[in-house]
Amino acid sequence: MLSKFLSSENGRGLLMVSPPFLYALLLMAFPLIAIFLFSFWTQDFMTLDTTFTLNNYREIAEKPIYGALLQRSLFVSASVTAVTVLLAFPVAYFLSFHVRPDRKSLWLFLITIPFWTSYLIRVFLWKVILGYNGVINTGLINVGLIDEPLTFILYNVNAVIITLAHAFAPFAILPIFVALEKIDRSLLEASQDLGESKFMTFMRITLPLAMPGVVGAVLIVFIPTIGDYVTPELMGGAGGKLIANMIQTQFLALNNAPLGAALAIVAMLCVTAISLTFVLINRRWLKGRS
Amino acid sequence: MTALITLTGVNKYYADYHALRDINLTINTGEFFSLLGPSGCGKTTLLRTIAGFESVSDGVVMIGGKDMADVPANLRPTNMVFQSYAIFPHLTVAENVAFGLRKSEDLDKPTKAKMVEEALTMVGLAGYGNRAAHALSGGQRQRVALARALILKPKVLLLDEPLSALDKKMREQMQVELIRLQRQVGITFILVTHDQEEALVMSDRIAVMFEGEIGQLADPETLYRRPNSRRVASFIGKMNFLDAEVKAVVEEIDVTVQGLGRLKISAEQAPEEVSVGPAVAGIRPETLGILFEGETTDRKLVDGVVDEVVYYGDMTYYDVRVDGVAQPLNIAMKNLIGRPVLDVGAKTRVIWDERSLVLLK
Repeated sequence: MLSKFLSSENGRGLLMVSPPFLYALLLMAFPLIAIFLFSFWTQDFMTLDTTFTLNNYREIAEKPIYGALLQRSLFVSASVTAVTVLLAFPVAYFLSFHVRPDRKSLWLFLITIPFWTSYLIRVFLWKVILGYNGVINTGLINVGLIDEPLTFILYNVNAVIITLAHAFAPFAILPIFVALEKIDRSLLEASQDLGESKFMTFMRITLPLAMPGVVGAVLIVFIPTIGDYVTPELMGGAGGKLIANMIQTQFLALNNAPLGAALAIVAMLCVTAISLTFVLINRRWLKGRS
Repeated sequence: MTALITLTGVNKYYADYHALRDINLTINTGEFFSLLGPSGCGKTTLLRTIAGFESVSDGVVMIGGKDMADVPANLRPTNMVFQSYAIFPHLTVAENVAFGLRKSEDLDKPTKAKMVEEALTMVGLAGYGNRAAHALSGGQRQRVALARALILKPKVLLLDEPLSALDKKMREQMQVELIRLQRQVGITFILVTHDQEEALVMSDRIAVMFEGEIGQLADPETLYRRPNSRRVASFIGKMNFLDAEVKAVVEEIDVTVQGLGRLKISAEQAPEEVSVGPAVAGIRPETLGILFEGETTDRKLVDGVVDEVVYYGDMTYYDVRVDGVAQPLNIAMKNLIGRPVLDVGAKTRVIWDERSLVLLK
């Protein structure tokens, strides 16, 4: 019976997905469940009280610091997403439409260069570039454009946005590039043949057909940036700390894992809600046009 | 008949590849014109030159008396049906058809909707407006592409191998429909095709292209009956080629044809510049015949042996060896009542007539 099932089409399929499924279960589902349970418990120094309570959520709702941090996190993530996707689109467009087909893989290869070094090193490099005595400031002072170093580019939210936008650029370029590659070029000729200029052809054909890639890019950039705590820790200074830093602080420094877990759950719910809304609006917008 | 499109000395180079060689061509208003040729002969390039998707390296393209040199594709009075149909996948059928109407600001919405429905009715897709474009079959896509182009009432409709993606039945049906549509709307159609039968069926005139130049430009009947060269003759239909030698050119042409002997043909069966010397004679398979038992003929006969038999149902194609002819003669016979299908090796007699001979360059 079992051997028969395992040799059937479905059985073989299940057999093949079961190792990654178990892996995902161990490393995704269990930690998630643990975090979820923790968020309803309380911790007193080293002892864990497992009676069900909503106190953690109550505290998050009552103390303004958490709301403010969450708001700032969402703002930073949205900004990073906007900057990244807006800058990635022209790159992907150029790559898809103006690079010779036999050179495209070389260009894609070059786009991955930032990943050749560790992320930490890249963050420190941005410090060198943006710092008080950094490349930008000394450069601008030397050419005489400014008299004293610019301070709004390091140890604040701007620095976090710049660094993250650079780090996530390839993740945004690739899905948009793939969507653009899939567009049948004769559609663009057909649009021009039917009387539309190059610009209107872009607006009526290229952009709507590239939207799935843009949606993908937005989600790929937006979701992980909410959870990032390394960049704000190193680049954000006092005013640039985000919700993820607070979660880390609760877990490690303040020994309050349940509150950290509740914060994580709240952040996760926010991201889920925003992502779903975005996808739904987009689907409706696309449907409204078709 | 007024000239609508005039191409004068058009050349097109891609790097060192000469895609169009000195094309001179006039296409008239209301004409169904075909560009016919094997793949890579430049017929699609020529069509795209008229549409404005390719610039000319040299020469002048005029449409309606206007030089098109600086007119981009979107401002030309031409519309195109693409080989892939290029139906916009994110739009419905009606939105596809209405695509080019955006700029017609003098039309209000209900008028546009009415025009779309009329265009869809014209191509036999009434009521399909709300369908998603990706849910259409190949034949339906083609009709949408036609409606989308015709709704703009262009001076010229360009068709780039529009039927090549359809199956045989559908293709034959669409051929007839396209002819009907062209008569109905009176727009000049320019069809690009590699299918000689399609070109013969549909066109008023055909330009046969080889390697970037026009080999012959004529109406279908002339093209079939009086091809001007061996390559045109072998591209259009089937043709037997026989070595020949022109002995004298007076009012008639005195010629010896291998296997058939010495005979006289009229001047219109030969190219104008015919002269004494070696030549090639062509004869179509269906103008030859096999004398079956019990049948009689007053035409000329030559002995032969059946070399190959291909049975098509309504027709049988024979290859018959005739003494003195290098290649077996290809003969097409209708399978009339009482006619047997001969076996390979059967001795037979071939009916021929010098009136169906053509001398080729």
